[in-house]
Parts: sequence; C-alpha cells; structure tokens
Amino acid sequence: MNWIRSILLPVEGSAYARGHDNLMLFIVFLNVLFFLLIAVLSVIFVWRYRRSRRQGPTPHMTHNTKLEIVWSVIPALILVVLFFWGLHGYIAAGVAPQDALEIMVNGKKWLWSFEYPNGTRTINEIHVPVGKPVKLVMTSEDVIHSFYIPTMRIKQDVLPGRYTELWFTPTTTGMHQVFCAEYCGRSHSDMLAKIWVDDDAAYQKWLEEGDEQTRTMPLKDLGKVIWENRGCNTCHSIDGTRGQGPSFKGIWGKPHKMADGASVVVDANYIRESIMNPQAKVVAGYEPIMPTFQGLLREREVLAIIEFIKSLE
Amino acid sequence: MADAITVSSHTGGAGGHLSYLKDGKGWKSWAFTVDHKRIGVMYLWSILAAFFLGGVFAMLVRLELLTPKQTIMSAEYYNRAFTLHGAIMTFLFIIPSIPAALGNFVLPLMLGAKDVAFPRLNLLSYWIYVLGALFAVAAMVTGGVDTGWTFYTPYSTTTASAVTTMTLAAFILGFSSIFTGVNFIATVHTLRAPGLTWYKMPLFVWGMYATAVIQILATPVLGITLLLVIFERVFSVGIFDARLGGDPVLFQHFFWFYSHPAVYIMILPGMAIISEIIPVFSKKTIFGYKAIAWSSVAIAFISFLVWGHHMFVSGQSRLAGAIFSFLTFLVAIPSAIKVFNWLTTMYKGSIELRAPMLYAVMFLMLFGIGGLTGLFLGTLATDVHLHDTYFVVAHFHYVMMGSTTIAFLGGLHYWWPKIFGRMYNEKLAAWGAALTFIGFNATFLPQFLLGSRGMPRRYYNYLDQFQPLHAFSTFGSWILGLGLTVAAISLLAALRKKPDAPPNPWGGKTLEWQTSSPPITHNFETQPVVTHGPYDFRVGSAR
Repeated sequence: MNWIRSILLPVEGSAYARGHDNLMLFIVFLNVLFFLLIAVLSVIFVWRYRRSRRQGPTPHMTHNTKLEIVWSVIPALILVVLFFWGLHGYIAAGVAPQDALEIMVNGKKWLWSFEYPNGTRTINEIHVPVGKPVKLVMTSEDVIHSFYIPTMRIKQDVLPGRYTELWFTPTTTGMHQVFCAEYCGRSHSDMLAKIWVDDDAAYQKWLEEGDEQTRTMPLKDLGKVIWENRGCNTCHSIDGTRGQGPSFKGIWGKPHKMADGASVVVDANYIRESIMNPQAKVVAGYEPIMPTFQGLLREREVLAIIEFIKSLE
Repeated sequence: MADAITVSSHTGGAGGHLSYLKDGKGWKSWAFTVDHKRIGVMYLWSILAAFFLGGVFAMLVRLELLTPKQTIMSAEYYNRAFTLHGAIMTFLFIIPSIPAALGNFVLPLMLGAKDVAFPRLNLLSYWIYVLGALFAVAAMVTGGVDTGWTFYTPYSTTTASAVTTMTLAAFILGFSSIFTGVNFIATVHTLRAPGLTWYKMPLFVWGMYATAVIQILATPVLGITLLLVIFERVFSVGIFDARLGGDPVLFQHFFWFYSHPAVYIMILPGMAIISEIIPVFSKKTIFGYKAIAWSSVAIAFISFLVWGHHMFVSGQSRLAGAIFSFLTFLVAIPSAIKVFNWLTTMYKGSIELRAPMLYAVMFLMLFGIGGLTGLFLGTLATDVHLHDTYFVVAHFHYVMMGSTTIAFLGGLHYWWPKIFGRMYNEKLAAWGAALTFIGFNATFLPQFLLGSRGMPRRYYNYLDQFQPLHAFSTFGSWILGLGLTVAAISLLAALRKKPDAPPNPWGGKTLEWQTSSPPITHNFETQPVVTHGPYDFRVGSAR
C-alpha cells in the first residue's frame, strides 16, 4: 500500500499524518470499488442490452422494495463508519497537549511572522525541535489567511480579531513547506513559509545564534536570501518593475521624491528607517502599506539588506 | 399574442397552426413574447454565450498555469480571470442553464399546458437576467473583480476592484432565479393536464419542482448577504469587519447557507434530465420512480442543513463541524439511490446509444467520481487536509461540469429536435461527446492528485514539483475545448438545414413528444389527456 500512499500524498511528517493517511486510503478503496461498480455495470448493460440485439418489449420492472432498502442501508452503514473515523481525527487535531511549545503566528499580506516564548522573532520560517508537540496560536492583521502544512495534513484559517490554533508533533527532521490556503490577493501564492525540524542540539543553537547562513554568509548574498524569504520580494522587485512598493534596482545613492514633497537620498540610514519605521518617509506615488520589521530582523540581517540594495546598480 | 395565431395552409405543425418559431417576426416578437418556448430559447442563447465567455476565462486560467510564475498574464489579471470564470459560470450559466432554458421550454409541454402559470413574470425573469448580465459586464470593464466568486470578507470589503457592481449583478440575477422558481411551482400545481396526477408526472418535472423550492427559499439569503457586503464597503457598517466588532466568518455562514443549496439548484436539474434520457433510450420504464422523485425532494430539504461543511477549518466550533459532517453524509444517500435506480433501469433494457444516451452514460461515470470524491470532503479529518486545495477544485468540477453540464448537453441533444425541429449529425455529435469526455477527464483527474499532494487552489505561482500535473491538466483543457467546439458545430449546423425532425424522434412517452417539432404556439392542437405513466413502454400503450 505504501506506493499508493507515496503517489497520492506528501511525506508523513507526524504520527497524526499516518493515521490520517490510513483513513484516506480506506476512502480511496471505497471510491475505486463503487466507481468500478457503476462504470462496469453501465458498460456491460450498454453492450449486452444494445438495441440491435434486443428488439421487442422490455420487462416492466417498476420497483423492488427489498432491493431498494438494501442499496440504501449499505451505503448508510459505510457513511456512519466514515463519519466516526473522520470525527476521531478531527477531535485529535483540535486539542493540543499541555506541554506544547507555543509559537505565536501573525499572518498579513503576504508574509508570516512568528514569535517564540523567549522573544525570538522570525519571518516566513521557524525552527522546531523534533518529537516535541508544537502549538501555533494564530491571528491575522488584515484579511483571512489559512496556515496549511501538507506534510502534517493540517490546516486552519487565520482570522483578523480572533485567535485560532494548530498543533503537530514532528517525527522526522527536515524541511516542511507551509502554504497560505485562503485566497488573500495578489501574492497569495507567494505567501509561503518553511518549518525546519531540528534535533535538540541544532534547535538550541539556532535559538541562540540564528542559523548558519545568518552568521557566515557574505552580506550581499544574505541580503538576497532575506529579500526572497522574508517577503520583501512580494512588493519590491529587483529588476525595475513597479510593484506595491518601489523597485530596489538602481536606487542606491540617488535622490527620491517623497509623498510629502521632500527629496531624500537613499543611504544606509534611510533604508534602515524604511525597514523599522516604514511610514516615516513614503516614496511619492505609493501607498503607505508596508508593515514594520522592528524586532523581526537581526542586526546583521539589516546590514545585509543594505548591502544587497547597494549591489543592485 | 393570441391574435397572432392564424391558420396557415403551407407551413407549421399538425393541424396547420404555425410553429412557435414562425409565429411572429422581428425582434419585438421575441423581446416582448410571453411564450414560454421563446423565452426558453432566448435564455438558451444567453446562457450559451455566458458558457462561452466563462469557458474563455477557463482556458486563459489553464494556460497561465502551464508554467509556474508568469506564463501569459500578471497575478492581478490571473486573479480577475479565475474570479470571472467562477462568477460567470455560476450565476450566468449553470444556475439558469437547465431550469430557465430547457425547463422553461419543456416543463409546460410535459404538463400538457399552454404556458407557465405566470407568462409575464417569466418574461420579466428573462429581462432581469439580461440586466444582471449587463451589471456583470460592467463590473468586468470597470476594473474587474479579484475576490473569487465566493466574495469572502474582509478581502471583498477592502479590495479596490469592482466588487460592488459584481455583487449587485449577482443580487439582480437572484431575482430572475426566484421568478423562475415561483413560476414552476405554480405551474406544476395548477396546470397539469387532465389525468396527470403527481405520480404520473415525468421525473424531470419532479426535479424542476425540487429545484424551484430551493431557488425560492435560499436565493433571498444570498441577496441579503450581498447587500450587506455592499453596505459594508460603502458605509462601513461593521457586520463582517473584525475591527468594528463584526465577524468575517459570519459572511461565510450566510454565503454558504445559499451557496450550498445552490449546488443542488445546479445538480438536481441535471439528475432530472438523466431520469428522462435513460428510460427513453433503454425503452424501459424507470426503476423506482417514487424513490427518484422523493430523493429529489429529500436532497432539496437536506441541502439546507449542510452548509457548514465548507467551513470545517474556518474557525467554527468542532461540535458544529461534527454536526455538519453528519448531515452531509445524509445527503449522500439519496444521490446513491438515484444512481442505482438509473443503472437498474438500463438492466434488461433495449439500449440505443445515441447522442443523448451517450451523454447520460458519461454522466453516470462522471457523477460517480464527483459524488464519491465528496466522501473525502464530508469526512472531517481528510477534509482538513484537502480543503482549499485542487482536490476540491477537481471534485466540484466533476459535479458542476462533469455532471450538470454533461447532463445539460445531453438534454440539449435530447430536446434540440423538439426545440428547433431539426435533427443534427449524430456522428459529429458523438465525436463531440467523446472528445469532451476525454478532455474533461484529462483536465480534472490530475487535479485530484495535485490537491492530495498539497497544491492549494487560487494559486498564480506554484512550486516546481507540481508542474507536470499542471501541464497535463492544461493539455487536457485543449481537448475539452475541442470537444465542446465539435458538439457546438454539430448542433449549429443542424439549424441551417430544412426542418426534418419528426414529432417524436426518440420514441419518448412524455407529453412534449406528442406534439409537432417544433411545437405550435399553443403547444397542443387539442388538450392532451394522460392515461398512463411517463415511461410506460409496454407495447400497445398508445396514447
């Protein structure tokens, strides 16, 4: 059965996913069985009782109460099984263990930001320890989003003005893709995140120092990674095309007209201010819609973005 | 219009009365007609135009998805394209397709009536449809709509696109749907021919009746909800806005309270057509008439109680989720019963696989897949994984396109000779049906796999791992487009011929086959009297 599982479904990231897949395969089996019943019977009947073979009157069969009760009751019994089996999983997925690691999740157009109990804040990626339950407490700053982890087989809408929860216990280390599953506008399909499942030691190290590349990568390259991973790219292009915000291409060192009429030269301080307090100076012709990244980027990461923009001549 | 009827010696149906097509010339004789047949034909051309337009958007969406990132259009245009595809197909094509076009034409004929109960209301329904369509077009040209056809708040109340105009269009179209429903219910109650008891009515009429009940009871809720969205946008009243103490999920409850029953407004008429085609082309009485008739009514009733199954991950309570899952499974049973009844009707029949029957057999398989894959979505745990993925997209296309639209095409081929008095080229029609079937499956089968592997819907861009399946689906859409084009050519080519359809080309026993093709303006030369059931093929049961 494993080959069917691997064709139909992503890898299993948790014990819950395994239980879910067993139910899924049971329904696949029901689907195939009943589809074959319908398809084979209709083809056989069309062939066997074709007009050229069967002239003359047909039997006048109006109903058969026994038969009709049988084919109503059998599907009904199967459906009762499906209902309770599905309910079992739904309830299990709804109640997180008491000792779960709690991470706050904030969805906004079009990025995910996370905050750990110790104050660590990240964008579009989190690291979690393997084998420990993780509980996400989620809310949205604007429209409805939905946090979907296919490898864990779980999904939950993320609502403005309300908290919703999602939990999972990862069983294998590695990367798990997260999608936004509720349509939220232009960059809905780029509102992605990554969950890295680490062993305990790697997780602790990450919590304290950030990941390997944050510490060692050349600044300019790190800047490009951040531009891609932290959602800058959903609004700011690097090839000069106009987005929700101005392109990064060729802006370094040049004066720009602001919405209030002032002219500002793009330098390190201006870029830093635009990241931390984006509403302070808004380029003319753009909406003041950028969220603040205050506390979301490490010092070295801010420098990296500055170097990256500098390199885009 | 009565004064327009004259006895003609050289043309027209039996007895010399003019066929409804020739009775009156010029656009005014159409635009101001109260003849249910002419209104049905006007509806038919209108919904076919909508089907074409919605189809063009579908092809554009599929073409864009051939590759990740940009293929032919920007994300802004893609979001508008899939929204317009959904909105046009739902509100302008599929909801009015069978009831307002085919139903309008056939239902009074099947009852042995001269017209519907309220002919002028019927015409008003069409005019309102046109008005709604104009609003939809206005929304398209004044910036388009990028919310998805579901108009979820708070996205729909905050986006800059022409949501107000489009929701007004859907609001107006709702009245057209309600008027058709009112008319059908009154007609079935009051205008049945002598001898036509409820259990002697064709199952198509039962299906239309059940549909009409949903149209009348559910559509007002959509209308009010869409008005609230407009109020929210224009006056910020705060019903759905969390910042003002509102609840965005409340919109979803309101929306699906209509839109789930609306799914049955779409599928019940399809089932109703299949219940006509299968006995006629099997030359055998329908098996389990009462079970089919009452399962339509049961579906109509239960359809009001299952809306929450669209919202298992929306934040509604787990208890509500459990109740809605249970009720959803209830609605599966009458659907299963119908399929078994149709299959048993074919058993020991004398089956002629002509174009309408070909569509009916295709329907059985495609509705089988559409219905069975619904089990994954009614089951709570599996729905959590599959919700808002391509699996759902594939599932509802199997039901809406693979079942309802295929049944509509079957009905169109079945009644085309009656409506226009011409037989089409059956070979070409069969090719059209076969290509449509192949293309449809090639388009949508891969989407089940995309969804179960985690591909979310309404995605402009996607991960490279999904590309082979997306490309396959896009290639399939080209075959599907070709199949529908061939089907259209076979039907349209028939219109250029001289009238050649006999009154009853398929040997049907229901009343619409007992008058000329096309029928005269008043439908029957003399008032028909019904003495036997609608599918009584026993030899010697002459009318």
